[in-house]
Order: sequence, then C-alpha cells, then structure tokens
Amino acid sequence: MIKVNKEAMEYKEGITVQDVLNEKKYTFRLITVVVNGKIVPRDEYSSYKINDGDNIDVIHIMSGG
Amino acid sequence: MTANIQEMRMAHKLLARMDYELGKVEKGYTNRTLYINLSDNTIKSKPVTEQMKEIFVGGRGFGLWLLWNAVTGNTKWNDPENEIIISTGPIGGITQYPGAGKSLVVSLSPCGSVMDSNVGGHFGPLLKFAGWDAIEVQGKAENDVIVYIDGNKGYVTIEEAPKEDVDSHLLVEQLTDMYADSEEDKRNIAIVSAGRGAENTLIGMLNFSFYDVKRGVPRLKQAGRGGIGTVFRDKKIKALVVKYAGVKGDSNGPADKQKLINAGIKLHKEIHDLDKLQNRMREVGTAHLTEIMNDYDLLPVMNYKYGSHPDAVKLHSEVFKKYFTQGMPDGCWHGCSMACAKAVDNFTLKTGPYKGQKVCVDAAEYETIAGLGSNCGIFDPEYVIEANFYCDTYGLDTISTGTLIAFIMECYEAGILNKEITGGLDLRFGNAEAAMELIHQMGNGVGFGKIAGLGVHRMKKIFVEEYGADPNFVQDIGMELKGLEYSEYVSKESLAQQGGYALTNKGPQHDEAWLIFMDMVNKQIPTFEDKAEALFYFPMFRTWFGLNGLCKLPWNDIEPADNATTDEPAKVPEHVQNYIDLFNGVTGKNITKEELILQSERVYNFQRIFNLKMGYGTREYDIPPYRSMGPVTVEEYESRAERYDNQLKEIGYDIEGMSTEEKVKALRKYREDQYQKLCDAVYKRRGWTSNGVPTLETVKRLGIDFPDVVELISKHQ
Repeated sequence: MIKVNKEAMEYKEGITVQDVLNEKKYTFRLITVVVNGKIVPRDEYSSYKINDGDNIDVIHIMSGG
Repeated sequence: MTANIQEMRMAHKLLARMDYELGKVEKGYTNRTLYINLSDNTIKSKPVTEQMKEIFVGGRGFGLWLLWNAVTGNTKWNDPENEIIISTGPIGGITQYPGAGKSLVVSLSPCGSVMDSNVGGHFGPLLKFAGWDAIEVQGKAENDVIVYIDGNKGYVTIEEAPKEDVDSHLLVEQLTDMYADSEEDKRNIAIVSAGRGAENTLIGMLNFSFYDVKRGVPRLKQAGRGGIGTVFRDKKIKALVVKYAGVKGDSNGPADKQKLINAGIKLHKEIHDLDKLQNRMREVGTAHLTEIMNDYDLLPVMNYKYGSHPDAVKLHSEVFKKYFTQGMPDGCWHGCSMACAKAVDNFTLKTGPYKGQKVCVDAAEYETIAGLGSNCGIFDPEYVIEANFYCDTYGLDTISTGTLIAFIMECYEAGILNKEITGGLDLRFGNAEAAMELIHQMGNGVGFGKIAGLGVHRMKKIFVEEYGADPNFVQDIGMELKGLEYSEYVSKESLAQQGGYALTNKGPQHDEAWLIFMDMVNKQIPTFEDKAEALFYFPMFRTWFGLNGLCKLPWNDIEPADNATTDEPAKVPEHVQNYIDLFNGVTGKNITKEELILQSERVYNFQRIFNLKMGYGTREYDIPPYRSMGPVTVEEYESRAERYDNQLKEIGYDIEGMSTEEKVKALRKYREDQYQKLCDAVYKRRGWTSNGVPTLETVKRLGIDFPDVVELISKHQ
C-alpha cells in the first residue's frame, strides 16, 4: 500500500510517479511531487519508481480562474 | 469620422463642462478625484487626503470610502444618491510588470449589498493619467448621456447622446471613431459601457474597452459581477469616455522606477520560459481550466449537481484554441506578457439582432465556458462563443447568466416550470437553442426573460409564490448568496471553499479565496484553525490587488521554477516580494509583507461594516444554499456514493440498511454543523464577534474606528 495525499492507494509493482498521477487523474500542470519528503523533478516522473509503503504528496498550486 | 458618426456627434447636447489644470501623477497618485452629479450636472474636483491613501490605499478602498460618505443605510441601488465609483490604484498604470491595468468599480448593487467588481482594459489607468485617481458618478440624468474626459486638453463634459447604439460592440466602435483624431489616436481612448440587457435585467455588467491595434478593433473586458451595469443604465449613462495620449514608462510617477523594471524583468522571463509548460495562459487564457476542473470533479454540471461529464471534452482548451487567434499580443494593458485576453475573430453569428454578421468575440474565459456551457448541460463551443458575444454586447454578466439559466433548467426538469410559464421555451438541460433564445429575451426584457433577468434570489420567491415550488427545494438548489449568483466551481467537497464562497463581502465570487486544491486535493488545511488561517490570509492577500489596480493572474497562474522548494509555495513568496517592490517602487514607501496584509485588513473590515450599515454583514447572511455544501437529491448522493458512504462511516454511522434518503439527511446534518464550526473559527481569526461583526478592538487596531463606524458596530458587540 502507498499513500497519496494522505489517502491509501494500492501498490503495483513497477509503478512510476507518472502512473500515480494518471491513476489519480492529477492533470494539473502546476504540481510538485514529493516522495518520502524528497522533491522529484518533473522530467523524472515517467522513470521514478515508487516503492511499496512510499508516502507521496502531490502539491497543487492554487490557481482558480 | 464617417457621416453616420458625424450625425451622432451633431446630435449631442452639451449639459455641462469643466476645464481643469492638467496635473502630474506623483508616486502613483494624482491626489484628486472627479465628482459628477447627473441630476444637476455638477462636475467638480475633490482632494485625496493623506488619510485616504494611508487607510484606503486606492482602487476598491477609494470606492468604498467615497460611497460610504455618499449614501445612508436606507439608500437603495436605484436611488439617485447611489454612486458608481471607478478607480485603479497607485500601482495601476505602470507598464513594466504584467497585469497592472485593472480598474475597480464600487456601487450599491441590485443584489442589496455593497458591491465591488474588478476589470481590465485601459479606462482606469488613462483616467489617472488624465488627472483623476477616481471618478465618482452620482444622481440620474434625464436622458442618455456620455461623460467625456479629455486628459490632454484638460476638460470634462456631460453631453446628451441620443443617437449612438446602446449595445456595447457597436457603441464602443462608434465612440472610438467619434473621439479619435486619427487611426493612431484610437489607442488613446477607453470607454465604459453596458448594453440593452443592463437596462432590462438586474444582472447588468460594465464593459471596459481597450483598442487592439493589431486587430484594428476595440476589445472589451468586463466588470461582470453584481449588477453595476444595471445601476449605470438606471442613471441613464450611455458611456464614460476618457482620452489620453502619451502613456510612458514613467507616467505613473514612480519614486524608484528601477524597482519596477527589476521585478518586471524577472516575471517576463518566467512567463517566457515557463508559461507553455505551466498553464499556457498565452495560448488559451483561463480556458485551460475546463479540462482540469473536469478531471478533478469540480466542473459545475447541471446546476452544480455533478462535477464532471463525458461530453466536457468538447469544451476543453484544445477545442477553444482552434477558435482563438494565436500569436496576438493579447494583454489588456501595456506590458502584460501573460497576454491571456483571447479572442475569436471573424465569428459568424447564428442568432439574434446581429445574425449573419462576422464579429470579433472576446471569448472565452473559463467562467463563461463553465457557466453558460457545462453548468447548463450544454457542451457546444460555438454556442458558448455566441452566448458570450451577446452577453457582452447586451451588458449581461456571463457568470450570473449561466448560473441562473442552470437554476431555471433544474426547476423546469423538476416540474416547477413548464412551457406555459416559459412562453414555449423547452428549458431542459442541454437545450442550447432555448438557452440562446432566453438570453435574447433577457437582453430585450421580454417573455420569460423578464423573470430570468431578476436573478436567482428573486426567482426563488416568485417560483414559490406563483408556481407553487417547495421553498426548501428552491432554497437548496438556488445557487446564490447575498443576492449574487455563484461562480463556476463545485465546492461541495471542500469545506474551506464553502467558506471561501460564503464568507465573502460581495457574495460567492472566487476572487477572495480559491482553496479547493489546498483543501480537497493537497489536504494541507485539515483542522478548522488551518482553514480559518487560510480564510484569513488569502482573502486579505487577494484584496490587495483590488486596492492597487493589479490583476491576480500573474501572482499564481505562473510560478517560479523553484517555487516548490519555498516554505509556503501556495503563497508564491517570490511574487509576493515582487508586489512589495512594486508598491515601494511606485510610492516611495517601505512596506513589508505584513503591512501589505494590514492594508487589506483595513479595507476588508470596512467593507464588512459597510454591509452592516446596509442591513447585511452578520452571520445569517453567511449561510450558503445546501447545494454548495453537499448532495441535495438522491441522484446527487448516488453519483458519489462511495465518497459519501465512506464519510458517513468515518463519522460513526452504521450505514447498513440506511436508505439513500436517510443517508442524505445524515450527511447534511453533519456538513451543516461543520460549516457552523468553520464560521466560528473564521470569525475568531478575523477579529469578529460570534455574529460576524468586527469587534471594537479590531477596528481600533486597524485605525478605522471613525465615529460613525464605532456607533454602528457598538450596537452589535
């Protein structure tokens, strides 16, 4: 099990940050991904592998129209 | 000038003229305001005092102070004593930093409350360079008038103007042509106008023009919210026109221009390098939000019943991008590289009085797409563009128009309305043809449009009294508060945003706080105290833009590449520092980020007290319709059953065997109770009593303890 923005999510072997974003439909571009307290650069989203038990925060900047 | 325009000009009758000394803007101020009374044709200058600048700063602050001194607690929106005040603010008019051309409009609204509305375009800055920190219009004219301000020759006139059109797209073109000495001179003219719909509804808005040199047409931005266009036409103002030639980089008289340049260089580079990776404002403007809101279940669909729809893909920004002319300098004031004021060129209208004509449409912002589109169950981009055009030229607020049509549609589908009542209009969700016809009826003040144009608040009463509607049902689904229709976000699952909408001064417009992501998605504000802190800081911070003539979009619709590594990325601290540098660079003062908030606190609390003076401003007016807080109907509950079932379990319910109706009732009790607790926490943080009135201690701390303020709030301590 992993945690994404404090909610439990099933862990699948080999999932990447981008897979998590796709699963959660986090399509907003002004986001920062933090895995276990460490910021993941945007250009690594497709390659950065998530481990079972990881704690992921996907911080969206506020925006609004 | 064409023969037709000459004829219009010849028909003008001069009612009054004032010549004035051309002044100079010093550190962002001209230090005088222009007062006009249309009942007796007074035109005079009033001084701006140091106290005004210190306590009210400018923009909305000046508007509120001038209006406070003009009206009593009994003044109604359509009394001659009501005023329309337009002011930019000390930073308004600089050309070095994006988004520095905003005007703020203040008036008593047909909604009942004290209304402020912000808008782009050139009027506010050109008014300032013409010599005036604000224009204050009181009284009512006998016949349609134009107020003309010539900022190079130094005179103001009130002229009867019988022959010009009222609809903005024609009027603005006529007046630009009339007052410009040449094609090149057209860029020096800015016009405020409304339209026929502002005469025939209570949701009239104001158009503020700017001349698009590349396209060779005047463009329109809107002070949309709160019916001030209706006040404008009630006063028989056809237009306010300002002409000023000679805008330069130091026209605003800054104390330290280098500070503005330095801040501007940083932001321009950021926009140049990062906008295409972030929100693509330069390509599609705020239309980028449609698909995001749909993905996050926040897009209003069918009167806010749902948050997404499979057909929403037809309203995505990639669809609208094909209609927006690309590569145009689409800023609504000089120096704005965010350039998000997109337009659809050569659009052929399919309906209405201008059917068959090709027009340039200032379309479409996210709010208009969601309001006129998905919220009405309509997923046709060309309908949205055409409806946008007619709302603009008729002078109708697209947000209020969309939200009230959505309300009507739900009432129609619930059997409260029928074709007999609607005059044959089949106003089911998704019927674009009927919706378009309703907009024309609203514009012309005929048919069911006469009722629709009254707005949701008044329609609730009519539907109960005349059509037998269940008062509880219409109250629950009628998305308005303080008389103002909700803007276009589904706040049901975000307690913080429920407060962000309902605990506002003007009503449920999202310019005070947009906390949905912070609350619902990031889960950064879990406790009541966290939410209260956010509902203190962000409304105060965002109020500041309206004191200074600034657009909020460059604050957080672009962010520095390293923003995520800062302590409080939601505040975008580097941009906050930019704004402090701009203020200090213009005024020569030395404010800090704490003092920035204090400036806003003064005006914000003053506006709250002003609402109290007008009979509002207490807790009972802060309680929103339940549709903004949770599922009203069984079908809404079942559309998010898993989420709602889980919440009931979390709060201790054994939902086994509960019917959906029982679950709706249980969830409602919980959410309404949560909202009351939020009010308690927010009022405490803001320094208000438990009934939502600023305390004596708060007004003293802020320096707004004027005798009439103290007398008023003392009765509520």
